[in-house]
Amino acid sequence: MLCKRIIPCLDCDLAVPMGRVVKGVEFERIRYAGVPWELAAKYYREGADEIVFLDITASRERRETMVHVIERTSEEVFVPLTVGGGIRSVEDARRVFNAGADKIAVNTAALQEPELISRLAETFGSQACVVAIDAKRRRARKGEREKVVVETPEGPIWFECSIYGGKKFTGVDAVRWAMEAEKRGAGEILLTSMDRDGTTEGYDLLLTKVVSEAVGIPVIASGGCGSPEHMYEVFRSTGASAALAASIFHYGKYGIKEVKEYLAGKGIAVRL
Amino acid sequence: MGKRVAVLDYGMGNLRSVYNALKRVGADPFWMASPEEGGREEYLVIPGVGAFGRGMERLAPFARRIREAAEEGVRLLGVCLGMHVMFEGSEEAGGTRGLGLLGGRVERVPTAERLPHMGWNYVRKVAEAPLLRGLEGGYAYFVHSYHPVPREKGVVVALTDYGTEVCAAVWKDNLFGTQFHPEKSGLFGLRVLKNFLGT
Repeated sequence: MLCKRIIPCLDCDLAVPMGRVVKGVEFERIRYAGVPWELAAKYYREGADEIVFLDITASRERRETMVHVIERTSEEVFVPLTVGGGIRSVEDARRVFNAGADKIAVNTAALQEPELISRLAETFGSQACVVAIDAKRRRARKGEREKVVVETPEGPIWFECSIYGGKKFTGVDAVRWAMEAEKRGAGEILLTSMDRDGTTEGYDLLLTKVVSEAVGIPVIASGGCGSPEHMYEVFRSTGASAALAASIFHYGKYGIKEVKEYLAGKGIAVRL
Repeated sequence: MGKRVAVLDYGMGNLRSVYNALKRVGADPFWMASPEEGGREEYLVIPGVGAFGRGMERLAPFARRIREAAEEGVRLLGVCLGMHVMFEGSEEAGGTRGLGLLGGRVERVPTAERLPHMGWNYVRKVAEAPLLRGLEGGYAYFVHSYHPVPREKGVVVALTDYGTEVCAAVWKDNLFGTQFHPEKSGLFGLRVLKNFLGT
């Protein structure tokens, strides 16, 4: 049986020579957490199933730093590595694959140019092509036909995709976008709740459930994890294949092994 | 100096991680980007992720070189697609012939579960084999929709369960294959690579 994956996420600020891992709260305030490849190696030793690097600087001159980070990491870490942030073309993707990445994640560029997903999937295979979606809850107005509207105790809502690390909204429905991404060849969806990211209040279960039921490809739940219970919740009540977390691991609150042992004790299949 | 291991560089998938993992287990890997390179290596690894048809197309220039190496007793390890191409052909690419080093064909995994089979799954040993020396099994990373169905059943040395039994590793004489990616399977994977090298 396939295991549920536990994925630490490293948000990387690459404006310093070796880069640094930082973590924002609700996409805003930033705290320093460590050196990317060192943290990655630590998480690997503790049993991480995969590691995600997100370049939150994502400007052109930082690209070389990410290449160094991945090169260095891939010498030490023998689990899949996913790199996202600022990948806008097949060439950008090739650069990180050559450095040792196994998967790339695209968000802004894919929303602006959906064809990019197909090109990446054709060139590197669907398994290597992750589409990242940053979604925010919106109150649904009457007669909203193009949106997947979900009922909640607070009234009907829909989920809006944002780009540029949450700085700009697109009006695109996240559930429909996930379905289109799959059709175009995405191999996985990295689904972040902007409402929950950085809050440590738990994943947006509704968002994760709706998207994981709408697509046939694996969905990685992201945003809001503050405890192992949150991971259990997301595996128990949604179709998520993996749970991504940052701050609970970075600041030593929980170890990866500890989280996995907790989940195994609750009957969730994990790699131990 | 570690053992010289040729890693076939034919443009299919993340080859760097295979190289790095071999280095980590003490080998001295080198890229083989054309059939003229290398020579006298004792170990040859065919990595690869992707489709059978495209893989064979890219592998064609190396086909003779690989067959000769296999006949000379070079220890050959095919990983994922690299294992598939060692068989006679694949359902994935009807007309394309494989290297035919092992008898049988590659078929779509007959499961009701989602394909591709992607993620960590438990590899269980079903026969004693050098690759699994000292191991009973372990979790390994898989990414695939097809798996080999060898003509000689004894060739299958490990299985994994995914709604059906999936061929996880094969072995015959100096020919080795894994459906999982040892280079991405943590300490278990590194141990399998060490076993391949016999170190």
